[in-house]
Amino acid sequence: MTAPSEPPQASSTDGKPGIIEQAKDWIDYRMPIFTFMEHELNEYPTPKNLNYWWNFGSLAGIVLVILIVTGIVLAMNYTPHVDHAFDSVERIMRDVNYGWLIRYVHMNGASMFFLVVYIHIFRGLYFGSFKPPRELLWWLGIVILLLMMMTAFMGYVLPWGQMSFWGATVITNLFSAIPWIGDAIVTWLWGGFAVDNPTLQRFYSLHYLLPFVIVGVIFLHLWALHVHGSNNPLGIDRESAKDSIPFHPYYTIKDLFGLGVFLIFFMGIVFFAPNALGEPENYLPANPLQTPAEIVPEWYLLPYYAILRSVPDIAIPFTGIVLMKAKLAGVIAMFGSILILFALPWLDFSPVRSARFRPITKQLFWVFVVVCIVLGKVGANPPNLAVFSGIEGFKYIHLGQIATTYYFAYFLVLMPLLAKFEPTRPLPQSISEPVLRDRDESGE
Amino acid sequence: MSQTTEGPTPQDPAGDDSQTRRDFLTLATVTVGVAGAGLAVWPLVDSMNPAADTLALSSIELDIKPIQPGQRVTVKWRGKPVFIDRRTPERIKKARADDGAKMPDPQADKDRVKKAEWLVLIGICPHLGCVPLGQKSGQPRGEFGGWYCPCHGSHYDFSGRIRKGPSPKNLQVPEYKFLNETTLLIG
Repeated sequence: MTAPSEPPQASSTDGKPGIIEQAKDWIDYRMPIFTFMEHELNEYPTPKNLNYWWNFGSLAGIVLVILIVTGIVLAMNYTPHVDHAFDSVERIMRDVNYGWLIRYVHMNGASMFFLVVYIHIFRGLYFGSFKPPRELLWWLGIVILLLMMMTAFMGYVLPWGQMSFWGATVITNLFSAIPWIGDAIVTWLWGGFAVDNPTLQRFYSLHYLLPFVIVGVIFLHLWALHVHGSNNPLGIDRESAKDSIPFHPYYTIKDLFGLGVFLIFFMGIVFFAPNALGEPENYLPANPLQTPAEIVPEWYLLPYYAILRSVPDIAIPFTGIVLMKAKLAGVIAMFGSILILFALPWLDFSPVRSARFRPITKQLFWVFVVVCIVLGKVGANPPNLAVFSGIEGFKYIHLGQIATTYYFAYFLVLMPLLAKFEPTRPLPQSISEPVLRDRDESGE
Repeated sequence: MSQTTEGPTPQDPAGDDSQTRRDFLTLATVTVGVAGAGLAVWPLVDSMNPAADTLALSSIELDIKPIQPGQRVTVKWRGKPVFIDRRTPERIKKARADDGAKMPDPQADKDRVKKAEWLVLIGICPHLGCVPLGQKSGQPRGEFGGWYCPCHGSHYDFSGRIRKGPSPKNLQVPEYKFLNETTLLIG
């Protein structure tokens, strides 16, 4: 931290500074917070060619703030006890002033958070934002995603409905797949011999804690971002000051406009379809003696659930010797589907960042997006249901296996091959060059 | 940023009214933003006000038939103790005799009751919120025979009026009415 070299009086060269200016100088000389804010939020040089896909980072931050604020208010009326949790949520819905609104904003806010963050991640994937020198930035983003999943999962348990209870049971039981110590870990997670009051209370404690951990990691994420600045749709480094514009007012205004559009969408769901993304089953109180006919996670976890269910026993062909049970293999594949993102900067080592200049990568990226959506669809349906009503032999489990294969092949096979062999289009000289060239061509 | 607001711009080659137009846009944005933020914050603030189920408990009915003359009973109303004192004729007389005495918060006894026999008070010392002693027969009742607050030594008389000590006010009288001879509605 470098303090300003001049004492505060020196800033009063042209006339007397106002009392607010003086107070700012006084604080800034001792702790340069205003200089920091000016530097990072106002004059922060940003590539001038960012498109609307770059809105989703700030949107995610705002959604997190909305979630934390509504969550703090909900916590004032929620009771983390198996006998009272469900009723306390119903009380919030019926008796607490605007409780229905606050809960629906919080509930759907979680969905919005994932939606925005998934778009943010796909943006990074398409434009190569994970490539050097932004690997740490990318890693911190994955850490945020993992924390989000934990937080969302534990939050979903709190209303203590049927889906809360059985979701908690199924997800915690995943850890029993770990050889030898699995059962001990599950007992430890539960704090008992089944999902019960101790589980609910620790989930509540952690659900309150983790969002603030996320805020901390976001600060690191932004710190890493501000070292080299944003990537851009061309994926090339900025050459001169001409390639940048100050963050304020250009991107504050653009982010604000995007926020307005996003809030219309978000509030549209809150007011007109608040339960569209949820499971009706969760409005039944938890019953440890009765499992629902089908257990489905929230939509944002469906693709991972599909991967979990798609993996069969790993056996040596034709011998019948099982190397790994489907249960453990599925759990490894599910966690692997996210952890593999950590290796992305080395799997896709092509120096060209943006898919705009990589014709094959571009197409396979969109296939990947479709595959992720297909995996979501697979996760929402029973494995043994036929995908198309006419073709009985082709079930969701098969579709899930094809999609899971592509998911991993995309990262482990296609990416390294493309990085080595794909003919890329020529990169522009600078961010300004394509704009100026277009202008020349159109005779301006 | 300053070079974009001053002087000629492509949209406004003269550069004469760009300043006011930008001012208008800024002002409009800030106004809508502040109004929107206010509307968004209100549900959060209002959610901390008493909820419907809390308000539903804001009045209670009480059967006062079993209470004997000279007996004091405490009930819970809105989370606070309410003192019900069925006063004997001599206590009423003493309370009324003191109407003219010097006291911090003068009030006639008849203004503090609906029926002279029944004194209904909120059992919270107006000084700093403690519950005064005197509801049970063994407890100290202070120099004036009513109630005595152990926290900072406030003495209340047979009408629940402050007579000595730091409390600035008499014990409060809640809203109540007699539904019939034996039923009291508080709140």
